[in-house]
Amino acid sequence: MTTNPTASRHTRVFGLISLFGFALVALLGLFLTEPDDVQGDLVRIIYVHVPLPIMAYVGFVVGAVASGLFLKNRNPFADLVACSAIEVGVIFGVLTLITGAVWGSPSWGTYWEWGDVRLVSMLVLVLLYVGYLALRQIPGDADATATRSAMMALMSVVMIPIVRYSVDWWKNDTLHQQASLTDGKLEDLTLFTLLLSILVFGFFFVWLTTHRFRVAWLEHQIAEVGLVDAIAERRAEAADGVQAAIANPGGES
Amino acid sequence: MVREALLIAGKDLRIEGRSRVVASQVLPFALLSLVLFAFALNANRQALRDFTPGLFWVAVLFSALLAIQRAFAIEAADKTSDSLRLSGIEPAAIFAGKTIAVVVQLLALEALLLVGVLIFYEASIDSYPLLGVTALVAAIGVAAAGTMYGALIAGIRGSETLLPILLLPVLAPVLIGATRAFDDAFGSAAVNGWAWLVLLALFAVVYLLFGLLSYGVLLEES
Repeated sequence: MTTNPTASRHTRVFGLISLFGFALVALLGLFLTEPDDVQGDLVRIIYVHVPLPIMAYVGFVVGAVASGLFLKNRNPFADLVACSAIEVGVIFGVLTLITGAVWGSPSWGTYWEWGDVRLVSMLVLVLLYVGYLALRQIPGDADATATRSAMMALMSVVMIPIVRYSVDWWKNDTLHQQASLTDGKLEDLTLFTLLLSILVFGFFFVWLTTHRFRVAWLEHQIAEVGLVDAIAERRAEAADGVQAAIANPGGES
Repeated sequence: MVREALLIAGKDLRIEGRSRVVASQVLPFALLSLVLFAFALNANRQALRDFTPGLFWVAVLFSALLAIQRAFAIEAADKTSDSLRLSGIEPAAIFAGKTIAVVVQLLALEALLLVGVLIFYEASIDSYPLLGVTALVAAIGVAAAGTMYGALIAGIRGSETLLPILLLPVLAPVLIGATRAFDDAFGSAAVNGWAWLVLLALFAVVYLLFGLLSYGVLLEES
């Protein structure tokens, strides 16, 4: 246990479920599902490209909820949950952009397509949350940083629909697959694999966030312990000074 | 509260009137950016006329960053933010006052840039009402969001480099909406500009509400 202080029995279970889940999704997604009529094998990227943004949004929303809780009861636990969830959300957001570009290259002939409103709005949101992470990096009073970050997380989550609709409206002629989950065109096994993949990514998200939270918690503890030690040191110095003064009442030294 | 807000706005505008930092630094910067855009586009008349709305709003946003930084620098220099907190004025009124002051400065900035694009880019105006309302509503949205983010990072060392990365992604919807509305007002694209005003208004309302309800939390940390 000492070699890996951020792991526990629960996170190991989540980690193992993620691992086996990904193996199963890879098996189903790469070999057992049928290629798409139009896109052929390219369609297989949806098993990764669809769950990633869902988990990114989950991270942003969890971050906002935890930030709201922090502002309400000032518990550093909530603040650290918020920053962990948002950090993992940003990673998933970046992976969304990368998988989108990878898919875009063979199917649209370009890595970046401004007409794809979901990718464009994800890019804006990732940049927005990179700003949040930059704000957290600022050295200074931990409480003030936590309060500022919490306010920013709340303002940012409100931006999700605004960014989404403004970009959507800006480019009505989207290239993206619209409502692929609901139009009933997906085959049963494809749909099952996609839903399984979303679930597995959910476990993976919890696993990553928990580990990230524990690292943040340890950092928080170290900062606290450091402060307590520093205060104890100063007290000891002061006590030494008093003892020296008693031993040498005249004050000459 | 309205009286207090106007008091704060009056204070900020009076400081600006006496120091003339926005007038002597931010407004020339805005004009300069119009010149740079012309160089970047090789002074292609057609391109400049076609992209006037977008270039106009990019110039507004970049210059607005400077104006917002200035709005909080005047509080930081002499620690007047502490005096404001001690004055007993409601945080919501302080937010409203600072926002009003920034709106006034942004309107001056927009007026100057408008003259600039009319002369340099040979833009022509199709709809004055749409132009005016868009300029006002977008300025309110930018000022409200700017005041929130300005306060968010007030008192942090190195905040000058932080404001653009925090604020510009937030203002992206304003850039989209205001550019499309101006496309209609300048007649450079067949879009319904009034519909885009709804987005701008929504943005302004969201940030005004945020500021009025929660500015006190930010004030405590500045």
